[in-house]
Amino acid sequence: MATSRLQNAQTRLAYLLVLPATLLILVIYIIPIILVFLASLTDYTLVSDYFEFVGLENYRTMFDDEVFANAVGNTFFYAALFLPGAFVISLILAIAIQEQKQFRSVLEVLYFLPVTSTLAAMALVWAALMDSGQGVINNSLETFGIPGVNWFGREEVVLYSLAIISLWSIIGFNMVLFLAGLTSIPQNLYEAAAMDGADHPIDKFFRVTWPMLGPTAMFVAVTSSITAFKLFDTVAILTQGGPDRASEVFLYLAFLEGFEYFNMGYSAALSLFFLGIIFLFALVQALFTDRNVHY
Amino acid sequence: MADIAAPAPNWLDRLRPKSIGRLVTTILLFLGAWVMVFPFIWMISSSLKPTDEVYDSDFSIIPKTFKGWDNYYGVIFEQPYLIFLMNSMIVCLGILLIQLVTAIPAAYALAKLKFRGSTILFGTVIAAITIPINVTSIPLYIGLVRVGLLDTYFAMMFPFIVSVFAIFLFRQFFRGFPDSIIQAARVDGFSEIEIILRLILPSAVPAIAAFSVFSFVAHWNDLYWPLIVVQSQDKMTATLSMMQYQSAFDTDYGRTYASATVVTAPMVIAFLFARRLFIRGITMTGVKG
Repeated sequence: MATSRLQNAQTRLAYLLVLPATLLILVIYIIPIILVFLASLTDYTLVSDYFEFVGLENYRTMFDDEVFANAVGNTFFYAALFLPGAFVISLILAIAIQEQKQFRSVLEVLYFLPVTSTLAAMALVWAALMDSGQGVINNSLETFGIPGVNWFGREEVVLYSLAIISLWSIIGFNMVLFLAGLTSIPQNLYEAAAMDGADHPIDKFFRVTWPMLGPTAMFVAVTSSITAFKLFDTVAILTQGGPDRASEVFLYLAFLEGFEYFNMGYSAALSLFFLGIIFLFALVQALFTDRNVHY
Repeated sequence: MADIAAPAPNWLDRLRPKSIGRLVTTILLFLGAWVMVFPFIWMISSSLKPTDEVYDSDFSIIPKTFKGWDNYYGVIFEQPYLIFLMNSMIVCLGILLIQLVTAIPAAYALAKLKFRGSTILFGTVIAAITIPINVTSIPLYIGLVRVGLLDTYFAMMFPFIVSVFAIFLFRQFFRGFPDSIIQAARVDGFSEIEIILRLILPSAVPAIAAFSVFSFVAHWNDLYWPLIVVQSQDKMTATLSMMQYQSAFDTDYGRTYASATVVTAPMVIAFLFARRLFIRGITMTGVKG
């Protein structure tokens, strides 16, 4: 009887302990998600209180809209530029730095520095470095006889420029993730592989490192993809989607529709599309990490 | 025969191809590091220069005319940067404090106490981790407009005061705490609150420290949400202030980069002082920013 009273008291306490967090999760996550879904079925704008249900109209508009197609296209093109670099460069750096004995921690700090810095502030620096007239980058290209590039002024270049800045800001981050993965590979696997004749660094990489790095590699790939789809800061500060919508990426479009034009209903539909993509990545990650647990 | 098999002297050993390869790798790594660090060097160097020297075609790291004192004085005392920095500090600290106060008790209950609905709650926490602010921003914004709280510290902190990630992280961490110790403490007459404060919290310091760094850096560097809810200069955060420069706001370029330095310096300096903690904290979620 005493234990059951204790049990009751403990249960009551448990509810008390989770109450603040639960209420806040309700107000900050659950209700807003329901509201976003409902809003996406209306023509609600912040400007007028009157609105009506329009069914799937917003979604139909979305898939017919050239501006939407352009933003999705830009986002995928940018991701295709950004992701291979974000993955391969970071992996090579991690392998190279791991073999450094005395300089490892210095190098780690130097490469990680951009990750902690405020991207909004550093974007201004990159704008100056990439200035078409007097920027350091164009000046050094010209000393090698290569003509300067109009980094932010040309439609076919601007996404490359943004990808370069993003790479600079994420490489150290992914490198640290890879380093953690590399450190956890048991050294005796390399010794065993060496006995089997895998002496060459490239042999070692494909026979030991790469297979053992599977879960880390998957993790880096998925999280970098999510980062790619979240591109916002540098666009807002440097290009505002220009020139001529060439750098208008998905999240920036959703921001404009919602908070510049106040088309809340339409922007809600865009947000849910975005959430769908994020869920897709989360699903991929969940499926693959499960499978990888077994070896 | 014996002298052929003798090991090569040490200095010769170092000149072997393998070592040369390693030397080349080291040089390349430092060249790469120079590229990574150069924007910071350029920024600091420019923040010490007069305007016409910032875009000088023959760039030199050391300013020819030193205007650093004027530039930083201008940013800190003539422009409202002290207010911007204070706003960022208030918002980041406020968010972190409430996150810890809401997450730790919930995480303890989920890890160590039995109650009906705990599975649903934990499932909700996991699902909510994948929802970024960009998706819920519209209803949160409309709600804040309706209650007339736009452009307040409350609005700037509100979406982040419960961290589902912190609940998840701390719950995993608390589960590893031995039940036998908790039982013994209960027998000794400790209340659950005392158990949390005197047993669980001290053991969770590494996890709490790492999460704190993660949260602080993420919200210091956040541009998206302040851009939506901040309207006046009084509430502007340091990061948001960088938006002003997108439209030739200040034609004094030296001063512009002094302000960029002032905005990014707190996080960079803190990182240099607590490198391990920062690297662990920031890479904890796997998603940058």
